[in-house]
Formats: sequence, structure tokens, C-alpha cells
Amino acid sequence: MEHIVIIGNGISGTTLARHIRKLSDKKITIISAESDYFFSRTALMYVYMGHMKFEHTQPYENWFWKKNNIDLVNGFVDKVETDAKKLLLKGGTSISYDKLIIATGSKPNKIGWPGQGLKGVQGLYSKQDLEMLEKNAPNNKVCNRAVIVGGGLIGIEMAEMLRSREIPVTFLVREKSFWNGVLPAGESAMINEHILEHHIDLQLNTNLEKIISDENGRAKAVVTDKGETIECNVVGLTAGVTPNIDFLKDSDIELGKGVKVNRFLETNVKDIFAIGDCAEQHENIGHRRPIEAVWYTGRMMGEALAQTICGQKRAYNPGHWFNSAKFLDIEYQTYGWVFSEQSKKNTEQHFHWRHPQEKVCITVAFDNDSHKFLGINTFGIRMRHEIFDQWLTENKDMDHVMTFLKDANFDPEFYTLYEDEIVAKYNADFNKNISPKKKSWKRIFSIA
Amino acid sequence: MGNFDRSMSLAGEPPKALNTSQKLAVVTGMTGMGILILQLFNLNLGNSALWLSISILAIFAGIIWFSQAAYAHKQKGIKNDGVWFKSISSRGVLAWMAGIALTGFYIVLYFYPEYLGLVKDGDNMGLIALFDPLSKALSGNPASQWFVYGTLYTVAILAFGAKFLWKYRHNKYEQLRTVSVMFFQTAFAFFIPEIMARLNGDLPYYDLKNMWPLNYYNFERYRINGFIDSGSVGMTMLFFGIISIFVISPFLTYKYGKRWYCSWVCGCGGLAETAGDSFRHLSDKSKFAWKVERWVVHSVVVFVTLMTTAVIYSYLGNDTSKYWLTKTMFISGVAIILTAVFAWVMIYKREELEKDAKYGAIGYFTIIAVLLGMHFFSGNGSIFIFKAETLRTTYSFLIGSIFSGVIGTGFYPIFGNRVWCRFGCPMAAILGFQQRLFSKFRITTNGGQCISCGNCSTYCEMGIDVRAYAQKGANIVRSSCVGCGICSAVCPRGVLKLENGPEKGRINSKDILLGNDVDLMDLVNNK
Repeated sequence: MEHIVIIGNGISGTTLARHIRKLSDKKITIISAESDYFFSRTALMYVYMGHMKFEHTQPYENWFWKKNNIDLVNGFVDKVETDAKKLLLKGGTSISYDKLIIATGSKPNKIGWPGQGLKGVQGLYSKQDLEMLEKNAPNNKVCNRAVIVGGGLIGIEMAEMLRSREIPVTFLVREKSFWNGVLPAGESAMINEHILEHHIDLQLNTNLEKIISDENGRAKAVVTDKGETIECNVVGLTAGVTPNIDFLKDSDIELGKGVKVNRFLETNVKDIFAIGDCAEQHENIGHRRPIEAVWYTGRMMGEALAQTICGQKRAYNPGHWFNSAKFLDIEYQTYGWVFSEQSKKNTEQHFHWRHPQEKVCITVAFDNDSHKFLGINTFGIRMRHEIFDQWLTENKDMDHVMTFLKDANFDPEFYTLYEDEIVAKYNADFNKNISPKKKSWKRIFSIA
Repeated sequence: MGNFDRSMSLAGEPPKALNTSQKLAVVTGMTGMGILILQLFNLNLGNSALWLSISILAIFAGIIWFSQAAYAHKQKGIKNDGVWFKSISSRGVLAWMAGIALTGFYIVLYFYPEYLGLVKDGDNMGLIALFDPLSKALSGNPASQWFVYGTLYTVAILAFGAKFLWKYRHNKYEQLRTVSVMFFQTAFAFFIPEIMARLNGDLPYYDLKNMWPLNYYNFERYRINGFIDSGSVGMTMLFFGIISIFVISPFLTYKYGKRWYCSWVCGCGGLAETAGDSFRHLSDKSKFAWKVERWVVHSVVVFVTLMTTAVIYSYLGNDTSKYWLTKTMFISGVAIILTAVFAWVMIYKREELEKDAKYGAIGYFTIIAVLLGMHFFSGNGSIFIFKAETLRTTYSFLIGSIFSGVIGTGFYPIFGNRVWCRFGCPMAAILGFQQRLFSKFRITTNGGQCISCGNCSTYCEMGIDVRAYAQKGANIVRSSCVGCGICSAVCPRGVLKLENGPEKGRINSKDILLGNDVDLMDLVNNK
């Protein structure tokens, strides 16, 4: 029986294993040194915040793996011997494979700051990182202040986590406005306000110069490029992630920043594949970057590769881009492409609406000439994935989106709806005369 | 770092101390409780009306002050910070103490009301005497242990309801639903029955929002006689009791799912959602618990059906000239209804049942058929193996008191807040059956947006593994879902939504989640 070995038990590796099991009875082994059982990495923050226990982040009960005949190995892969089709694990054991899938994910970036190796300096990615944070910052007596460096999604999550234990947080963001490389200006500005509302000391336009050590080799302060020294006990480095592939450096597998793969997720070595955060496409797919460290793309690669491994060769062909996140109390969803001012083309135009009091806003991107709908960002409004997916596929224009916007709302019942105000602003901004249609189950369910 | 404790969770033990306002609020609330406890020792404080008012006001003030201190200075949004670190909400020492105290209270309340000061044929003493002025003001009668319990129950729902409203002030669904249970408890369960008793002394106490089989006693002889003797008001109530089972509840459940009752009207649900909200994450989500739940709750339904049939049967006669409803007519009617339901499910809804549910249904149906058949072969009074009265007292003891009260509420801090609703309530089971088989209600999952984080499953008070469905992109049409909407509220990615939509396509499942551009038909055909 063919032996499929997967390194990494994150969402990509686990999805792959589950789908292979659905489609075949191949022998499957998953190797991980991080945790015995699959857990949802994105939920680690809720463990620290006390919303959930670690076991709640595990989507399957422990008996699931044995019942589905998926072998789990707790181990760290030191070396891949591609000729012998063998893995060497730390401690000396070896495992041979017929097909190998690398799904080892990412590790936090360390950019080379002086003092980044000190105690109390850490990223937040793995289960071990969370355990370390628990030791470094159990409460505001042990940790009087934390400084977080890097203005992205992990940074703001880490700030929220520390604030839940009333630890003072200074948040150093290199950009002029939070995440403005990704978000359009209005949205980024709203998140800036919300960060301050949560009593997080947000310092924009500020870089880390160095981290200062105390006599025991622990971080005791940081110095910024503005010459300010901030005393702190914990420094969170959250300036992005890189593929976790150091163990492949001496192998025959072609590496770039990540493991180089083609559209079939094959590496240059036969029978070896890579999926998830650590896979790097030779060429961008549409507007997507060659490496996408996103939960959903990891899952999708797992789904696609399972088909290939089980005999129906299928390219990884992601559909319309979507993503979501939560900034403290504000939920964010995006469908299609909305680029920030920094990266958008001249032909991309934005329609922005923001609620006068609440932290609610949307931005819709469209083509300047054809008025073709390109994408939407929503903050504080939930939208129905299927509807936008369909509209993008059918190349609908802005007028259509505005007319049927009510169909797309996914907020809980009785929530205040803003479509009328949104469309009114759209009419005013673009000199239109659109009246939004009432929500129709018939239309919604012809899609969903 | 000394307080790094792996037993509680991966993340040890962060600050869990109360702030000063919260401490003062606890003192205030406990003072109110203290007055009640002092009364237990028959300490006569004098002016009952005054001390009762002080006590209830102090409890109210304490809880509301506590909520204000907990949530007012925070941004609106989900704030479950530290839930698993607090002793009371993580099965710690405080939780066990609270559980034992509550259970003890229920045991005394149900079985030893004399310790609360209930005096037969005389003036009440102690705790119950404290409530006499209020009871007399409402119904004209002295208080009973049930009046004391009803008052405290209503206070709990109102005060913790206010806490709930504060905590979920960003969520209109949660707010409306909570205002609704607060209203139904105060008006329908508390004031209206008391006032009706004052207006018409012979009318049985009737909480109109309770329906059979939750109020399994509704068709007992003394109640039926009470209804009939009270003329048109009584007859209307009796009629209402019957159509609420056969017409009102199936209709509303078809339109909105069982939540219209369990999360908007029911008093048990009301207490679970308000006072029990701090314990919702304690429910067991394992597959084993789900299996136990299915067997137990459906057995309770069978038992209550048998019991009610037996009770009504026991007081009907055989003589067609005296009674329009005779034993034979009644028993045949029950048999016809049960057969019709069974046949309908097995013919039209077969695919929607799990295999063990089918075996269970067939098994139970056979038992009922056999027992009904015995009617025609045996003498009067004991159509079933047991006497009707034995069945009734057994049910009333095991289910009515031990399960719904002592375990259902007493064990909130250990097993979560919906133990009774989930494992014991026959009403919830019947509504759930309707919800599963014919209803517009479902929880929709949003395309491919789930990150399997587990907040939904953790906070599901009914122990449904919501995430298991969400990460498959499958709608959730479980019969146990009470539609509290918390899964949707705690979801950080906006994946879940409670919906009453078209019945077609309500139960779906996807091979590949939205996001991957695959031709699904191609995929399915190639299998």
C-alpha cells in the first residue's frame, strides 16, 4: 500500500490527510513536533485570553485519528533523503515514504534587530510560542509593559491578548497608518482609532532600533528610531512570517523563500509536494502572491492535492480571493480585490462609506471605465461569501452590486442594516439613481 | 511565574481578581442573600415587607453593579476574557460550592419545605414568612415554597438578564431575545397566574406559556376538573392547552425553529440564558455525550407520553351514555395519532434520521403499541404494567424534580446551563423533532470562511459541535439547537447565521468548500 507521509499537522496537512482518507485507503502518516493533535493555530490567542482551553482548539476528538487510520508521529524531521525516499528524525529514527508532502508552515520573521535573541523577546506563531508568552507575560506584575513590533494581523492579536490581562502595550508600527499596505486609507484610519480606544499605545511611523538587555540577558527596554527608550519586559516580534524550511537546506528540493512548487503543488523532486504557508508558486496566480500564509489557502491546497494524490491530477486553482480577520472588536471580511492606495492601479477606483458613529465601514473597488465590480472590504458588517463569489464570476458591475446589496448581508437577525445609507452615498458620490432591491430568498438560494 | 498552572489550560493563570467596584457589588448582593439566609434560622427581623424589599433590592443592585463594573468601561463586543481562569466558571472550588449549595436548596425546596418555614394549617415561619406580604398583595394567599422559589427565579432572570443585556449590547438578536424571556417570566410565569388566582379562586395555577409535555400535570384529573368548574375561562384555558400542543407550537416551530420557545419564551431557558450564561461553555461536546443525549431525551418523551396517556385513561369511564370521551375512544385516538406520526416520519422523512434513531423509533413504537393493545385484553385501571399513579409519581419525582430542578439547575456550574433542556426536557425533544424534520430554521455557514477556531463549539450550551459543521460548510439542522445565537455572536469570522429560509436545500453538504475553483459536478461524476 502506498505510504503517504505528511510533515506538519496544521490546516494544510490535516486537510490533505482527511481528503486522502475520504478518497482512498492509502497508508497515511502525519509528523509534527509541535503538537500531538491538529489544533487551530488562529485560535491560540483565545487560549491566552481565557475564552477557550487548548483542547477546545482541536477540531477532532483524539479517537478520530485512529478510527480513520491516520498515524500520528510526534517528531522533528532533520533530513529528507530524496534518493532513498526516507526521512531522518531527530533522535535517530527514520521513516520511509512513497509520497512526501511538506506542510511545515511558517516561523516568525527575525529581521536582525540587535537584541532579538534576548529572553523575553518572542514571536507568536506556534503552541510553544504561546507557552513562552504565558511564562513571559502571565500578568501585569511580571510583565509591566510589552512592546509589539510590526503592524500586521499577528501584532494586533498579540496586543489584544496582552490587554486582556491588563498589561500595558506599546505597539510600534513602521507605516504611517496601521496595515495601510493592505487596507485603503479610510479603513486603516478607523482601525487606528479602535486600537487607541483599547488603550493600546499605538506609535505609528516608528521603527525598532535595538532591544536592551538587563544583567540576566533579559530584555528590559527597546529603543526606537525616534530616540525614545521604552522600558518593557516582553518584546513581541510580529513583522510577518517566513516559510519554515530550514531542514530542507541540504536536500535536493528546490527552494526559494519557500519550497518551490508548480501549479500541481509538485516540487522538482518526483513524489514530493509542498502545500500551505511553506509552498512557493513559481509564478503568481492572478493577483495572489507566490507565498500566501493564509489559513484558507492552506486548506484549499490540501483539498486540491488530495485529488492529485488519489489519481485525479488537478491543479491548484484557487477561486476568487477572500479573507477575514478581526481587529479587536471589529470583524473584517474581504471578497475579490481591494488594493490600498499604495498598490492599486490607476484604473481601480474606490467607493467608501463609513458610519458616522459606529466602527462600521465598507470599501468597494471597481474598474474606472467599465464600472466592473472588483472587490469589497467590510468592517463591522458580515457578508455572504456565495453571493460575492457569484458576482465576481459573473463580472457584475457596481450598479448591480449596489442594487442587490441587501441579498449579500449576513449579519445576525435584527441587526441594524446600512444598505440604504450605503446606496444613498453611492448615488451621491457617483451621481446615480439606484434604489436597492429588497432581500430575496429566491435570489439568494439560486446561488447558495 | 510561580502561578504557572498547566492543569487549568495551556495558558496558566492570569489575573482574575475582581476590581473594587465588583467587590463592593458582591458585598451588596451577598447582603441581600444574607437577609434571606438569616430568615432560614427563624431569626425574626420584624417588618417582613421592609426586609424583603431590602433583600431583593440589594440582590438586584449587587448584580447590576457587578455587571456595570465588568462591562461598562469596555468596548462593546465579545468579552469572554478569563472565563476559563475564574474559579466559578471553570469548575473550580467556587463552582463546586455553588453547585452543592444550589442542589441543596433544590432538595430542601422539593422535599423538605418545612425547613424553609412552610407550616401546614398555620402561619408560615422563617424564609417563607418573609414572602407572605408580597404573596398576599398579589394573590391574597400566604406564600408557599413555590411562591418563594418563583419570586427568586424571577429576580434571577431579571437581574442576570440585565447583566446579559450589558454583556451583549453589540448584538440586537441577543438583546431582543433576553428582553422577551424577561417579559414572559415576569408576566406569564409570575404575575398573571397569581392575579388569576385572585380573580378566580378555583382556577388551577396556570403558567400559560408552559405547555404539555413540559407541564405533564396539565391533564390530571384535579386540573381538568378545576378548568371545567371555572366555566368559560377554565374551558378556554383547557382548550388553549390542547391547541398549543397540536397547532400553535408546530406552526411556530415550522416558521422559526424551536427557538421561538426555548430561547424566547420558556422559563427554564430563561434562567439558563441569564443566570446560566456564565456556564454555557461547560457543556460536554464529545460524541459520547451526544449519544447519551439522544437516548435519554427520547426515552423521556416516550415515558411522558405513556404517563399522560395512563393518567387520562385512569379517570375516563367506559359508559358511552355518561362520557363523550370513553376509555376506548381515547386509547384508540392516541394509537391513531402515534401511528400517524410514526408512519409519516418513516415514509417521508426516513433519510433525515440516523440509523440508531430509526431503531430507537421502531423499538419505542413497538412498546407503545403493545401497551396500548393491553387495554383491550385487561381489566380496568391498569392498562399498563404499572398503575397510572405509580407512573405519574415516578415521573414527577425522577424527571419533574430531580432532573429539571436538582440536577438541571443545581449543576449549572459543573455541567453547563442547559443540562435539563438538553438531556431531560420532553418539550425540547418534541420541538426538536419538529425542527429537525420540518422547519425553515437552520444555522447557515458562510462559504469557506471558517477557521475552525472552536469558539462556536465551546460556547454552545447544547453541546453541539458547531465547528464540525461549519468547517464542512454544512448547514446546522440539529434537533437540540435552541437557537440562542451565541455561536454566531462569538464567531470571529462571521461564519454563522441563524436563518428561517426556504426548506429546499436546507440540509446540504459540500465536497469542496467555496474558494477552490473546482467544477463540483465534474468532481462528483469522477468519483
